[in-house]
Amino acid sequence: MNDTPLNDDLRDLYQDLILDHGKHPRNFRVLDGANREALGHNPLCGDRLVLSLKVDADNVVRDAAFQGSGCAISTASASMMTEMLKGRSVAEVEKLFDYFHALCTGATPSAEGVAADDVERLNALAGVRHYPVRVKCATLAWHTLRNALVPSDEKKASTE
Amino acid sequence: MAAMNSVAERRADFPVLTQTVHGKPLVYLDTGASAQKPRAVLEAMQSFYEREYANIHRGVHELSARATERYETVRGDVRRFLNAAHADEIVFTHGATEAINLVAQGWGRTFLKAGDEVLVTQLEHHANIVPWQLLQQQTGITLRVVPITPDGDVLIADVAAALSPRTKLVAVAHVSNALGTVLPVAAIAEMAHEAGALILIDGCQAASHMSVDVQALGADFYVFAGHKLYGPTGIGVLYGRRDILNAMPPYQGGGDMIESVRFSGTTFREPPYRFEAGTPPIVEVIGLGAALAYVNAIGLDNIARHEDLLLRYATEKLSAIEGLRIIGTAPRKAGIVSFVMANIHPHDIGTILDRHGIAIRAGHHCAQPVMEALGLPATARASFGLYNTTADIDALAAAVIRARELFA
Ligand SMILES: Cc1ncc(COP(=O)(O)O)c(C=O)c1O
Repeated sequence: MNDTPLNDDLRDLYQDLILDHGKHPRNFRVLDGANREALGHNPLCGDRLVLSLKVDADNVVRDAAFQGSGCAISTASASMMTEMLKGRSVAEVEKLFDYFHALCTGATPSAEGVAADDVERLNALAGVRHYPVRVKCATLAWHTLRNALVPSDEKKASTE
Repeated sequence: MAAMNSVAERRADFPVLTQTVHGKPLVYLDTGASAQKPRAVLEAMQSFYEREYANIHRGVHELSARATERYETVRGDVRRFLNAAHADEIVFTHGATEAINLVAQGWGRTFLKAGDEVLVTQLEHHANIVPWQLLQQQTGITLRVVPITPDGDVLIADVAAALSPRTKLVAVAHVSNALGTVLPVAAIAEMAHEAGALILIDGCQAASHMSVDVQALGADFYVFAGHKLYGPTGIGVLYGRRDILNAMPPYQGGGDMIESVRFSGTTFREPPYRFEAGTPPIVEVIGLGAALAYVNAIGLDNIARHEDLLLRYATEKLSAIEGLRIIGTAPRKAGIVSFVMANIHPHDIGTILDRHGIAIRAGHHCAQPVMEALGLPATARASFGLYNTTADIDALAAAVIRARELFA
């Protein structure tokens, strides 16, 4: 089979950065002293992650970590997200969420209020918009993050 | 004759198979989820709509009489297909799931009480678990589970150990949809009967892969779905032994299932009509009849032999791939290979194969307890049909190797 173009196409989704984070997720651990957490679950494919955060009195995320099992896309997305969170206010996180959500679902994302290097990092997952059934894998961590930050009785994110 | 047909000729009977997906010829390896339809089925349904369609059992007019006759003819075809003793033991439902729920609600809710036990195995499809859990909530029965071995097999000794005088029903798959394991259902039926229990066999994954004889198996109930047998969606079959069906009250109420309706009291028709309330899936029954004719013309024994060849070929080919592990290595299997790969999640395998035009299923296959028992979140599953070839499996293996390269 001669399918170099095919691999190029798949490379759009599975970039080196994604594969690396998928294989060696950062902040993949229990977070001692966490004060916010949420469980994310994608019942369709069985992806499951627990996100733990340390949020200070000023509503700034001081640390973030996750555990669980999932595909390369959901693991990489969670890993890259936890790397971005430290030092961000809840308001900033909300902007990142909106940008990323629009990016993945094919809407034209507004980069307003999002730093250029954040845009670049989030854009690494933009390939997922061409794989509609995989969008939920990419957004699972971010939905879970939202649930962890927005205090509610239901600490469980679901992409269904 | 069709029995002599080559696989290439059979493939030509399936219009859907000629297309390309993502620029690659479609390789359809998801028959376990649903089979593709031969032209004969599509044409039978179209032609029925065009020439004979009317509601059944209710018209004095010509079309209704013809439609009723066609519908009842298929009941006879299904009887022969399962080698049931009587056509009235064949109930048409809207799916296999409904057929199992019919037994749980019609039979279970009537005859079972708190303390009685229903026995299932750990490899059941959710459709053969959840109806019993609902019954458990309603009646207080106990649901007991026969464990599977690390090979994904069900051992007769484990079934024997789980049976007790309290067991009233054993509900087991004939073939596991997640792993392909063929269960020793005839032996299980014998043991169930000795313990004074009935047996329901979920034949969804079996009916398209092997010939089924409900009398030889000792089945009290046997269910299957039309859509996995090259027929349409929306049609399922419940076989129930005559004396058992006769004792069961209706499952749903409505037209067609009644003898007479009065506000002072309604009486119900005899089986199977008692269980077919309302307008049934008439055209889907016609489609199922065409599917049975198609499969019979090739011969289930020929199909079984062909798929067994594919299974052995796929097992050998895939096993040779570094980092790939086949999940489900029971001695008797049919038509299904589940696998996982080191460092690649099944979901990623599914996406990569899809880009190669290869349709497989990735996930828990509606059998979460199987995944839990084997300690896996999911598997990738290739399942075979009468139209698959060794070339399909070569394509599968090549794409799996490319996936491994991509993730290396
Ligand atoms: C073993 C088994 N049982 C039951 C079912 C349920 O069939 P349906 O969803 O068509 O009602 C399936 C289909 O996936 C199956 O494979």
